[in-house]
Amino acid sequence: MSADKDEDPRMYGIKSRIRVVPDFPKPGIMFQDITTLLLDSKAFKDTIDLFVERYKDRNISVVAGIEARGFIFGPPIALAIGAKFVPLRKPGKLPGEVISEDYVLEYGKDCLQMHIGAVQPEERALVVDDLIATGGTLCAAMNLLERVGAEVVECACVIELPDLKGRERLKGKPLYVLVESH
Amino acid sequence: MASQGGQDPRLAKIASSIRVIPDFPKPGIMFQDITTLLLNPEAFKDTIDLFVERYREQNISVVAGVEARGFIFGPPIALAIGAKFVPMRKPNKLPGEVISEEYSLEYGTDTMEMHVGAVQPGDRALIVDDLIATGGTLCAAIKLIERVGAEVVECACAIELPELKGRDRLGDKPLFVLVSSDI
Repeated sequence: MSADKDEDPRMYGIKSRIRVVPDFPKPGIMFQDITTLLLDSKAFKDTIDLFVERYKDRNISVVAGIEARGFIFGPPIALAIGAKFVPLRKPGKLPGEVISEDYVLEYGKDCLQMHIGAVQPEERALVVDDLIATGGTLCAAMNLLERVGAEVVECACVIELPDLKGRERLKGKPLYVLVESH
Repeated sequence: MASQGGQDPRLAKIASSIRVIPDFPKPGIMFQDITTLLLNPEAFKDTIDLFVERYREQNISVVAGVEARGFIFGPPIALAIGAKFVPMRKPNKLPGEVISEEYSLEYGTDTMEMHVGAVQPGDRALIVDDLIATGGTLCAAIKLIERVGAEVVECACAIELPELKGRDRLGDKPLFVLVSSDI
Protein backbone atom coordinates (compact mmCIF):
# COMPACT_ATOMS: atom_id res chain seq x y z
CA MET A 1 0.00 0.00 0.00
CA SER A 2 1.54 3.31 -1.06
CA ALA A 3 2.18 6.20 1.30
CA ASP A 4 0.27 8.60 -0.94
CA LYS A 5 -2.96 6.71 -0.64
CA ASP A 6 -2.69 6.27 3.12
CA GLU A 7 -2.29 10.00 3.56
CA ASP A 8 -5.11 10.87 1.21
CA PRO A 9 -7.81 12.49 3.35
CA ARG A 10 -10.51 10.58 1.49
CA MET A 11 -9.22 7.27 2.84
CA TYR A 12 -10.56 7.84 6.35
CA GLY A 13 -14.14 8.08 5.12
CA ILE A 14 -13.75 5.03 2.92
CA LYS A 15 -12.23 2.80 5.61
CA SER A 16 -14.74 3.84 8.22
CA ARG A 17 -17.69 3.00 6.00
CA ILE A 18 -16.75 -0.65 5.50
CA ARG A 19 -18.67 -2.85 7.91
CA VAL A 20 -17.40 -6.15 9.29
CA VAL A 21 -20.09 -8.80 9.76
CA PRO A 22 -18.92 -11.73 11.95
CA ASP A 23 -19.66 -15.34 11.07
CA PHE A 24 -20.81 -14.72 7.50
CA PRO A 25 -21.22 -16.72 5.32
CA LYS A 26 -20.16 -19.25 7.95
CA PRO A 27 -18.81 -19.28 11.54
CA GLY A 28 -15.32 -17.87 11.91
CA ILE A 29 -15.40 -15.65 8.83
CA MET A 30 -15.29 -11.89 9.41
CA PHE A 31 -17.06 -10.65 6.28
CA GLN A 32 -15.98 -7.28 4.84
CA ASP A 33 -19.23 -5.65 3.80
CA ILE A 34 -18.95 -2.80 1.29
CA THR A 35 -22.69 -2.12 1.13
CA THR A 36 -22.35 0.43 3.94
CA LEU A 37 -19.77 2.27 1.82
CA LEU A 38 -22.36 2.49 -0.97
CA LEU A 39 -24.78 4.20 1.42
CA ASP A 40 -22.39 7.13 1.74
CA SER A 41 -22.42 8.77 -1.67
CA LYS A 42 -19.35 10.90 -0.97
CA ALA A 43 -17.30 7.92 0.24
CA PHE A 44 -18.45 5.84 -2.75
CA LYS A 45 -17.54 8.66 -5.14
CA ASP A 46 -14.13 9.04 -3.43
CA THR A 47 -13.52 5.30 -3.87
CA ILE A 48 -14.19 5.53 -7.60
CA ASP A 49 -12.17 8.75 -7.93
CA LEU A 50 -9.10 7.13 -6.35
CA PHE A 51 -9.20 4.35 -8.95
CA VAL A 52 -9.95 6.73 -11.82
CA GLU A 53 -7.06 9.03 -10.88
CA ARG A 54 -4.72 6.05 -10.97
CA TYR A 55 -5.89 4.62 -14.31
CA LYS A 56 -7.13 7.45 -16.48
CA ASP A 57 -3.84 8.11 -18.27
CA ARG A 58 -2.80 4.48 -18.69
CA ASN A 59 -4.61 3.68 -21.93
CA ILE A 60 -6.83 1.07 -20.36
CA SER A 61 -9.34 -0.05 -22.98
CA VAL A 62 -11.17 -2.71 -20.91
CA VAL A 63 -12.42 -2.83 -17.34
CA ALA A 64 -13.43 -6.39 -16.44
CA GLY A 65 -15.64 -6.69 -13.38
CA ILE A 66 -16.23 -9.89 -11.47
CA GLU A 67 -19.82 -10.84 -10.66
CA ALA A 68 -21.49 -9.46 -8.65
CA ARG A 69 -19.78 -6.83 -6.50
CA GLY A 70 -17.25 -6.10 -9.25
CA PHE A 71 -20.29 -4.91 -11.23
CA ILE A 72 -20.76 -2.12 -8.69
CA PHE A 73 -17.21 -0.70 -8.86
CA GLY A 74 -16.15 -1.58 -12.41
CA PRO A 75 -18.70 0.34 -14.52
CA PRO A 76 -18.20 3.75 -12.86
CA ILE A 77 -14.45 3.37 -13.39
CA ALA A 78 -14.95 2.28 -17.02
CA LEU A 79 -17.26 5.19 -17.73
CA ALA A 80 -14.86 7.71 -16.25
CA ILE A 81 -11.82 6.47 -18.16
CA GLY A 82 -13.64 5.79 -21.45
CA ALA A 83 -13.08 2.03 -21.40
CA LYS A 84 -15.39 -0.86 -22.26
CA PHE A 85 -16.95 -2.73 -19.35
CA VAL A 86 -16.85 -6.53 -19.57
CA PRO A 87 -18.76 -8.60 -17.01
CA LEU A 88 -17.11 -11.83 -15.86
CA ARG A 89 -19.85 -14.16 -14.71
CA LYS A 90 -20.77 -17.44 -13.07
CA PRO A 91 -21.68 -20.20 -15.51
CA GLY A 92 -24.89 -20.03 -17.49
CA LYS A 93 -25.50 -16.30 -17.03
CA LEU A 94 -23.93 -14.83 -20.17
CA PRO A 95 -25.96 -15.48 -23.32
CA GLY A 96 -24.21 -16.46 -26.53
CA GLU A 97 -20.69 -17.77 -26.95
CA VAL A 98 -18.40 -17.72 -23.92
CA ILE A 99 -15.03 -19.00 -22.79
CA SER A 100 -14.76 -20.58 -19.35
CA GLU A 101 -12.03 -20.82 -16.73
CA ASP A 102 -12.29 -23.24 -13.83
CA TYR A 103 -10.72 -22.38 -10.52
CA VAL A 104 -10.29 -24.01 -7.14
CA LEU A 105 -12.23 -23.08 -4.00
CA GLU A 106 -11.51 -24.10 -0.43
CA TYR A 107 -13.81 -27.06 -1.06
CA GLY A 108 -14.53 -27.91 -4.67
CA LYS A 109 -14.29 -25.65 -7.66
CA ASP A 110 -16.07 -22.85 -9.50
CA CYS A 111 -16.01 -21.37 -12.97
CA LEU A 112 -15.86 -17.89 -14.45
CA GLN A 113 -17.03 -17.02 -17.98
CA MET A 114 -16.42 -14.18 -20.44
CA HIS A 115 -18.07 -13.41 -23.77
CA ILE A 116 -16.16 -14.34 -26.89
CA GLY A 117 -15.42 -11.17 -28.85
CA ALA A 118 -15.77 -8.80 -25.90
CA VAL A 119 -12.00 -8.37 -25.55
CA GLN A 120 -9.54 -8.22 -28.45
CA PRO A 121 -5.87 -9.20 -28.60
CA GLU A 122 -3.52 -6.55 -27.22
CA GLU A 123 -6.18 -4.67 -25.34
CA ARG A 124 -5.00 -3.28 -22.00
CA ALA A 125 -7.24 -4.52 -19.21
CA LEU A 126 -7.98 -3.71 -15.60
CA VAL A 127 -9.66 -6.38 -13.44
CA VAL A 128 -11.93 -5.07 -10.68
CA ASP A 129 -13.56 -6.74 -7.69
CA ASP A 130 -14.64 -5.47 -4.27
CA LEU A 131 -12.17 -7.66 -2.39
CA ILE A 132 -9.23 -10.02 -2.87
CA ALA A 133 -9.04 -12.96 -0.47
CA THR A 134 -7.19 -16.05 -1.75
CA GLY A 135 -6.88 -14.57 -5.24
CA GLY A 136 -8.52 -17.55 -6.94
CA THR A 137 -11.25 -15.55 -8.64
CA LEU A 138 -8.91 -12.79 -9.79
CA CYS A 139 -6.49 -15.36 -11.14
CA ALA A 140 -9.29 -16.97 -13.16
CA ALA A 141 -10.27 -13.53 -14.47
CA MET A 142 -6.70 -12.78 -15.53
CA ASN A 143 -6.47 -16.13 -17.29
CA LEU A 144 -9.62 -15.40 -19.31
CA LEU A 145 -8.25 -12.06 -20.47
CA GLU A 146 -4.82 -13.45 -21.31
CA ARG A 147 -6.32 -16.38 -23.21
CA VAL A 148 -7.82 -13.93 -25.70
CA GLY A 149 -4.52 -12.10 -26.03
CA ALA A 150 -5.18 -9.08 -23.85
CA GLU A 151 -2.69 -7.65 -21.37
CA VAL A 152 -3.74 -7.40 -17.74
CA VAL A 153 -2.27 -4.11 -16.60
CA GLU A 154 -3.37 -4.38 -12.97
CA CYS A 155 -5.96 -5.86 -10.61
CA ALA A 156 -7.84 -3.34 -8.48
CA CYS A 157 -9.85 -4.07 -5.34
CA VAL A 158 -11.28 -1.94 -2.58
CA ILE A 159 -10.14 -4.38 0.14
CA GLU A 160 -7.32 -6.90 0.53
CA LEU A 161 -7.08 -9.63 3.16
CA PRO A 162 -3.26 -9.86 3.14
CA ASP A 163 -3.13 -12.84 5.51
CA LEU A 164 -4.65 -14.96 2.72
CA LYS A 165 -1.75 -14.07 0.39
CA GLY A 166 -3.93 -13.53 -2.67
CA ARG A 167 -1.38 -11.09 -4.04
CA GLU A 168 0.99 -14.00 -4.65
CA ARG A 169 -1.55 -15.77 -6.85
CA LEU A 170 -1.66 -13.04 -9.44
CA LYS A 171 1.20 -14.44 -11.56
CA GLY A 172 3.36 -11.41 -10.95
CA LYS A 173 0.71 -8.91 -12.00
CA PRO A 174 0.38 -5.84 -9.83
CA LEU A 175 -2.46 -5.42 -7.36
CA TYR A 176 -3.75 -2.08 -6.16
CA VAL A 177 -6.05 -1.89 -3.13
CA LEU A 178 -7.37 0.93 -1.00
CA VAL A 179 -7.83 -0.89 2.32
CA GLU A 180 -6.03 -3.79 3.99
CA SER A 181 -7.89 -5.81 6.58
CA HIS A 182 -6.12 -8.21 8.92
CA MET B 1 -36.43 -2.59 -31.78
CA ALA B 2 -37.89 0.88 -31.36
CA SER B 3 -36.43 3.63 -29.26
CA GLN B 4 -38.81 5.44 -26.94
CA GLY B 5 -40.13 8.67 -28.42
CA GLY B 6 -37.51 8.64 -31.15
CA GLN B 7 -36.44 12.23 -30.60
CA ASP B 8 -33.22 11.98 -28.64
CA PRO B 9 -30.43 11.16 -31.11
CA ARG B 10 -28.64 9.07 -28.50
CA LEU B 11 -31.43 6.51 -28.36
CA ALA B 12 -30.84 5.07 -31.82
CA LYS B 13 -27.27 4.14 -30.98
CA ILE B 14 -28.31 2.68 -27.65
CA ALA B 15 -31.03 0.56 -29.25
CA SER B 16 -28.73 -0.69 -32.00
CA SER B 17 -26.02 -1.71 -29.56
CA ILE B 18 -28.28 -4.15 -27.72
CA ARG B 19 -27.90 -7.68 -29.04
CA VAL B 20 -30.68 -10.25 -29.26
CA ILE B 21 -29.72 -13.86 -28.55
CA PRO B 22 -32.33 -16.44 -29.62
CA ASP B 23 -33.23 -19.39 -27.43
CA PHE B 24 -31.58 -18.15 -24.24
CA PRO B 25 -31.93 -19.16 -21.46
CA LYS B 26 -34.29 -21.65 -23.08
CA PRO B 27 -35.87 -22.33 -26.51
CA GLY B 28 -38.31 -19.67 -27.68
CA ILE B 29 -36.90 -16.82 -25.60
CA MET B 30 -35.27 -13.94 -27.49
CA PHE B 31 -32.80 -12.66 -24.88
CA GLN B 32 -32.04 -8.93 -24.85
CA ASP B 33 -28.31 -8.75 -24.19
CA ILE B 34 -27.02 -5.43 -22.85
CA THR B 35 -23.39 -6.56 -22.64
CA THR B 36 -22.79 -5.30 -26.18
CA LEU B 37 -24.00 -1.87 -25.06
CA LEU B 38 -21.37 -1.95 -22.32
CA LEU B 39 -18.69 -2.57 -24.95
CA ASN B 40 -19.49 0.80 -26.53
CA PRO B 41 -18.31 3.43 -24.04
CA GLU B 42 -20.19 6.25 -25.75
CA ALA B 43 -23.46 4.33 -25.82
CA PHE B 44 -23.06 3.23 -22.20
CA LYS B 45 -22.33 6.81 -21.14
CA ASP B 46 -25.35 8.06 -23.10
CA THR B 47 -27.55 5.47 -21.37
CA ILE B 48 -26.47 6.68 -17.95
CA ASP B 49 -26.75 10.34 -18.98
CA LEU B 50 -30.34 9.88 -20.15
CA PHE B 51 -31.31 8.52 -16.72
CA VAL B 52 -29.28 11.12 -14.83
CA GLU B 53 -30.83 13.99 -16.79
CA ARG B 54 -34.27 12.72 -15.87
CA TYR B 55 -33.61 12.17 -12.15
CA ARG B 56 -31.06 14.67 -10.93
CA GLU B 57 -33.57 17.37 -10.02
CA GLN B 58 -36.05 14.96 -8.44
CA ASN B 59 -34.48 14.73 -4.96
CA ILE B 60 -33.87 11.01 -5.21
CA SER B 61 -32.03 9.84 -2.10
CA VAL B 62 -31.79 6.11 -2.96
CA VAL B 63 -31.05 4.18 -6.12
CA ALA B 64 -31.92 0.50 -5.61
CA GLY B 65 -30.37 -1.86 -8.16
CA VAL B 66 -31.62 -5.38 -8.75
CA GLU B 67 -28.96 -8.11 -8.87
CA ALA B 68 -27.02 -8.51 -11.04
CA ARG B 69 -27.45 -6.33 -14.13
CA GLY B 70 -29.07 -3.59 -12.07
CA PHE B 71 -25.67 -3.35 -10.35
CA ILE B 72 -24.17 -2.19 -13.65
CA PHE B 73 -26.63 0.67 -14.32
CA GLY B 74 -27.64 1.69 -10.80
CA PRO B 75 -24.31 2.80 -9.27
CA PRO B 76 -23.30 5.22 -12.06
CA ILE B 77 -26.72 6.85 -11.78
CA ALA B 78 -26.48 7.00 -7.97
CA LEU B 79 -23.00 8.53 -8.12
CA ALA B 80 -24.07 11.19 -10.61
CA ILE B 81 -27.14 12.28 -8.65
CA GLY B 82 -25.56 11.99 -5.18
CA ALA B 83 -27.86 9.20 -3.95
CA LYS B 84 -27.14 6.09 -1.90
CA PHE B 85 -26.88 2.83 -3.83
CA VAL B 86 -28.72 -0.12 -2.32
CA PRO B 87 -28.26 -3.60 -3.82
CA MET B 88 -31.37 -5.81 -3.95
CA ARG B 89 -30.11 -9.39 -3.89
CA LYS B 90 -30.92 -13.07 -4.21
CA PRO B 91 -31.17 -14.90 -0.87
CA ASN B 92 -28.17 -15.29 1.42
CA LYS B 93 -25.88 -12.94 -0.44
CA LEU B 94 -26.27 -9.91 1.83
CA PRO B 95 -24.51 -10.25 5.21
CA GLY B 96 -26.24 -9.08 8.36
CA GLU B 97 -29.93 -8.35 8.88
CA VAL B 98 -32.17 -8.37 5.83
CA ILE B 99 -35.83 -8.22 4.94
CA SER B 100 -37.16 -10.59 2.28
CA GLU B 101 -39.90 -10.49 -0.30
CA GLU B 102 -41.04 -13.57 -2.17
CA TYR B 103 -42.28 -13.26 -5.74
CA SER B 104 -43.68 -15.54 -8.44
CA LEU B 105 -41.78 -16.92 -11.38
CA GLU B 106 -43.28 -18.68 -14.36
CA TYR B 107 -42.69 -21.89 -12.42
CA GLY B 108 -42.22 -21.52 -8.67
CA THR B 109 -41.05 -18.56 -6.64
CA ASP B 110 -37.91 -16.61 -5.86
CA THR B 111 -36.92 -14.27 -3.05
CA MET B 112 -35.36 -10.81 -3.06
CA GLU B 113 -33.55 -9.33 -0.05
CA MET B 114 -32.58 -5.86 1.11
CA HIS B 115 -30.49 -4.79 4.09
CA VAL B 116 -32.32 -3.59 7.17
CA GLY B 117 -31.34 0.04 7.74
CA ALA B 118 -30.21 0.76 4.19
CA VAL B 119 -33.38 2.65 3.31
CA GLN B 120 -35.11 4.98 5.78
CA PRO B 121 -38.69 6.17 6.08
CA GLY B 122 -39.06 9.24 3.91
CA ASP B 123 -36.34 8.25 1.43
CA ARG B 124 -37.27 8.87 -2.23
CA ALA B 125 -36.20 5.85 -4.25
CA LEU B 126 -35.50 4.95 -7.85
CA ILE B 127 -35.40 1.25 -8.74
CA VAL B 128 -33.10 0.26 -11.59
CA ASP B 129 -32.75 -2.93 -13.62
CA ASP B 130 -31.51 -3.58 -17.16
CA LEU B 131 -34.89 -4.86 -18.37
CA ILE B 132 -38.54 -5.22 -17.36
CA ALA B 133 -40.31 -8.35 -18.57
CA THR B 134 -43.26 -9.54 -16.46
CA GLY B 135 -42.51 -6.99 -13.76
CA GLY B 136 -42.32 -9.59 -10.98
CA THR B 137 -38.83 -8.65 -9.86
CA LEU B 138 -39.49 -4.91 -9.91
CA CYS B 139 -42.73 -5.45 -8.02
CA ALA B 140 -40.83 -7.28 -5.26
CA ALA B 141 -38.31 -4.44 -5.11
CA ILE B 142 -41.11 -1.88 -4.80
CA LYS B 143 -42.60 -3.82 -1.91
CA LEU B 144 -39.31 -4.02 -0.03
CA ILE B 145 -38.80 -0.28 -0.27
CA GLU B 146 -42.37 0.54 0.71
CA ARG B 147 -42.25 -1.87 3.64
CA VAL B 148 -39.57 0.29 5.26
CA GLY B 149 -41.59 3.45 4.75
CA ALA B 150 -39.83 4.91 1.74
CA GLU B 151 -41.41 6.18 -1.46
CA VAL B 152 -40.75 4.65 -4.86
CA VAL B 153 -40.63 7.61 -7.24
CA GLU B 154 -40.11 5.60 -10.42
CA CYS B 155 -38.74 2.38 -11.89
CA ALA B 156 -36.12 2.79 -14.59
CA CYS B 157 -34.96 0.17 -17.11
CA ALA B 158 -32.93 0.27 -20.28
CA ILE B 159 -35.37 -2.11 -22.04
CA GLU B 160 -39.05 -2.98 -21.80
CA LEU B 161 -40.81 -6.01 -23.31
CA PRO B 162 -44.25 -4.43 -23.55
CA GLU B 163 -46.05 -7.60 -24.63
CA LEU B 164 -45.37 -9.08 -21.20
CA LYS B 165 -47.28 -6.18 -19.61
CA GLY B 166 -44.84 -5.67 -16.77
CA ARG B 167 -45.80 -2.02 -16.63
CA ASP B 168 -49.30 -3.02 -15.45
CA ARG B 169 -47.84 -5.00 -12.56
CA LEU B 170 -46.23 -1.92 -11.11
CA GLY B 171 -49.59 -0.52 -10.06
CA ASP B 172 -49.42 3.21 -9.65
CA LYS B 173 -45.64 3.35 -9.90
CA PRO B 174 -44.38 4.98 -13.07
CA LEU B 175 -41.93 3.21 -15.35
CA PHE B 176 -39.33 4.91 -17.54
CA VAL B 177 -37.52 2.95 -20.24
CA LEU B 178 -35.19 3.88 -23.05
CA VAL B 179 -35.92 1.09 -25.51
CA SER B 180 -39.01 -1.02 -26.23
CA SER B 181 -38.66 -4.44 -27.80
CA ASP B 182 -41.58 -6.28 -29.30
CA ILE B 183 -39.65 -9.46 -30.00
